[in-house]
Amino acid sequence: MTNHPSPSASADDPAAIAFTLNNTPVTIQAAPDRRVIDLLREDLGLTGSKEGCGTGECGACTILVDGEPRLACLMLAAQLAGRSVETVESLEASPQGRVLLDAFETHGAVQCGYCTPGMEMTALALLRRQPAPDRDTVRRALSGNLCRCTGYVKIIDSVTRAGVDVKADA
Amino acid sequence: MRSMRIGESAKRGDARAKAAGREHYAADAYPENLLWAQAVRPGVPSGRVVRVDAAPALAVPGVVKVLTAAEVPGTNRQGIIHKDMPVLARERVLYCGDPVALVLAESKAAAQLGASLVETDIQPLPGVFDLDMALAPGAPLVHADHPGNILARATIRNGDGADALAGCDVVVEGTFSTPVQAHAFLETENGVAWLLPDGGLRMEISTQSPFRDRMEIGHALGLAFDRIHILSPSLGGGFGGKDGATVQCLLGLAAMHAGGRPVKMSWSREESFAAGYKRHACRLHYRLGALRDGTLHCLHARLWYDTGAYAHLGAEVMELGMEHAGGPYRIDHTLIEGQCVYTNNPVGGAMRAFGVCQASFAFESMMDLLAERLQMDPLALRITNALVRGDTNAAGVRLENSTGIKDCLEQVRRHPLWQERQAWQRQAPPFTRRGVGLAAIFNAAGYGGGVRDAAIAKIEMDTQGAFTVHNAVTDMGQGNSSAFLQIAGHVLGQPAERLAVRQPDTRTAYPSGSSSAGRTTYTYGRALITACEELKSRLVNRAGLILFLPNDDDLVLEPGRVRHIPSDRSVTLEQLGGLMQPEERVCLGHFTAPVCGCVPDTGKDFFIGFPHVIFSYAAHLARVEIDTLTGAVRVADYLAVTDGGRVLNPAMFDQQVHGGVAQGIGYALYEDFICRDGRILTGDLTTYIVPGTLDLPDIVSIAATGEVEESGPFGMKGIGEVAMNGPLPAIANAVADAGCGRVHHAPLTPEAVLRHAAHPGFPIVKERSIP
Repeated sequence: MTNHPSPSASADDPAAIAFTLNNTPVTIQAAPDRRVIDLLREDLGLTGSKEGCGTGECGACTILVDGEPRLACLMLAAQLAGRSVETVESLEASPQGRVLLDAFETHGAVQCGYCTPGMEMTALALLRRQPAPDRDTVRRALSGNLCRCTGYVKIIDSVTRAGVDVKADA
Repeated sequence: MRSMRIGESAKRGDARAKAAGREHYAADAYPENLLWAQAVRPGVPSGRVVRVDAAPALAVPGVVKVLTAAEVPGTNRQGIIHKDMPVLARERVLYCGDPVALVLAESKAAAQLGASLVETDIQPLPGVFDLDMALAPGAPLVHADHPGNILARATIRNGDGADALAGCDVVVEGTFSTPVQAHAFLETENGVAWLLPDGGLRMEISTQSPFRDRMEIGHALGLAFDRIHILSPSLGGGFGGKDGATVQCLLGLAAMHAGGRPVKMSWSREESFAAGYKRHACRLHYRLGALRDGTLHCLHARLWYDTGAYAHLGAEVMELGMEHAGGPYRIDHTLIEGQCVYTNNPVGGAMRAFGVCQASFAFESMMDLLAERLQMDPLALRITNALVRGDTNAAGVRLENSTGIKDCLEQVRRHPLWQERQAWQRQAPPFTRRGVGLAAIFNAAGYGGGVRDAAIAKIEMDTQGAFTVHNAVTDMGQGNSSAFLQIAGHVLGQPAERLAVRQPDTRTAYPSGSSSAGRTTYTYGRALITACEELKSRLVNRAGLILFLPNDDDLVLEPGRVRHIPSDRSVTLEQLGGLMQPEERVCLGHFTAPVCGCVPDTGKDFFIGFPHVIFSYAAHLARVEIDTLTGAVRVADYLAVTDGGRVLNPAMFDQQVHGGVAQGIGYALYEDFICRDGRILTGDLTTYIVPGTLDLPDIVSIAATGEVEESGPFGMKGIGEVAMNGPLPAIANAVADAGCGRVHHAPLTPEAVLRHAAHPGFPIVKERSIP
């Protein structure tokens, strides 16, 4: 993982911001008002998190900060100080994450794939706090993540199924 | 080992990488030392460009250059067919998204700040902002060379045309209107471009048409098209909105002035809403006549499409709508008149099921009006008139290919959602009305008449015995590249682990048309089968040579090897790969889609497209609940039965249907792109409502497999678009069935429904006389 200085046009000098990123402590130099989505994608090369609107409407940029789904397009770098940040890139490295990936792959939840990282991070947070949620609960939890391709049917299938599998593994 | 057999729901080849965040989209390209490009769009819908002053922008730290029309070489005109759109406007802006300058800067923030500081002096000119204004006598012209603001005008006349209305026992009449719809793909229009040392241009673009883009860019910027190299990775959605130049010409221009540095352009959501293409708004006037026994006899339909400021594919959108104006029914006498009209509104272009979902609203609403008048069951009326193979459709074309609409309707009839509808309706909770509505729909696949619809597939085996499909038709999420892997796996008998796809690269794949029109799996798939069959026979042949066999008999290609059955001796693919020359390991296959053998003389003044010969069909059923206090319509259940010929991958078939229905429900209930006097009121996702998980039901998708489409790969035909056409009419019919009145204007917002329920005869839109 690389650490580039932020090319932000902000008048603020870059500051050192220390946080945990996908289970690894990091310290990055960034303008405090650099958007987290830009920090992730442009500075850290973590392009798995996507930007769909920049105004907090679509959920494509959803990451977990201290376990809670947050919108990276609305967060500023300074807000990450001392926090634990998880992005879609962490899913392949954890058993729970792999259950989720397997479910999305197996049950046809992925079409263009652009909403998928955000969907998965929201789903991960849900499954951690409520194993084996029912379909309605999954629907409500994902209501902040837009998808234009799937009509959500197979995404809900996948998360519901993953919920059962995660509970079985627990 | 994952086997890849046709007919199985093999996992999509791209699913794991996309789920893990590893898939590369054009938006993910951040080359070293890049510059950002941002267009300057003054936002005036009709005006004369008096002055463009870049000085304030150039004073911004990080802004490197500001380009205007003066810096555009070539014709400064882009467009798929009609090249009427400037890359940068010089004298006139014709809609609120027209750009007049292009800022290059070291960062996105500097580019955006610079763009906002470019001073533009635009003298407003009178404009036309709807069909009535544009068509009024003496109206200001959007384009001086298009009198009456008409881009295109055409007719289809079959049998006795409208004269046969006199011979009908019953005639029903209605006027309908449909809104502008935005694609709202999650990955906005974007790309990167850079000038190569030899003067060539390389680009990575979120585009549905990398091969044709080269022509468009070349024409606009005065470059030879073969000097332009374009890569189109997986798209984060397309739906037609990335067919034709969006960022391409602007990026090419920027790259030519970037001193060899790569340039990146990525439209914000707001810029996408303003400058991206949209579905055409449409007005339709129908008179439908039938005999007392329910037989459709005559249709007179008039369609007007608002194409906005530039042509894009407006004439083709109108053509397709007109071809579908009569629905999937036998109607012996039809007069269909269409006009495609320029306005100073944002540009209408290609969007899934273009032209047809507008017409579907009209003809399927009319069928229910007719059923009501005749006191016939609406499903029985549709089944009676449904086309079968061998019939002539309303456009006068004899159907030689698979025509499964009757099977679709019969499956709806047998389904519990239809069978148990009356009991369901009676159980409506307090302050709720329940209704059930049908739609019988269809959608042509392919380009139609006058345009060659062809593909060239390329399959390659490497020295390790692994295979790569060189895809040439962009995968925008519909999964065609996964289908190609499945086809290759099936023909070559190889597992998924030995197969890969390379997304379109104009240097290493071959022109195969755009990713559009429900054509990619059908056309490229047929070509791929040919290429794979040839590679298979070549591998068998070379193995036979290696094994000193006198002929190729009794040799089979199996996973990882070619085996001689009688002796059980085999040659591995790695051995073959090591022994074969590079050119031997590559096979090409060609396919051209069938065209109409005997074009009827019913269609007049169409440029291209008329007629189409392959159609997918579907029957949809919507069960809705209307809140009588708020007017809100909720789709409780939705059934789609689709005729796509043979199903190659059931999971992917359902994916397409689910997605099309979802966008159709958005079109019916939530999505309305509103402009007033040419200025956008719904320019972001806060005001333009895309359905979320709580807005859509669990959609039930069933494949009607009664007929195989013999011309398609393994018997399939494209179904990417047809699902889009059902929800609006099915829901409008359901709302009427619930006793809440017949709504003629979409979307069916709560306000629209309440207005209708309160005043059943109240006209939603004050109608002016139609010229």
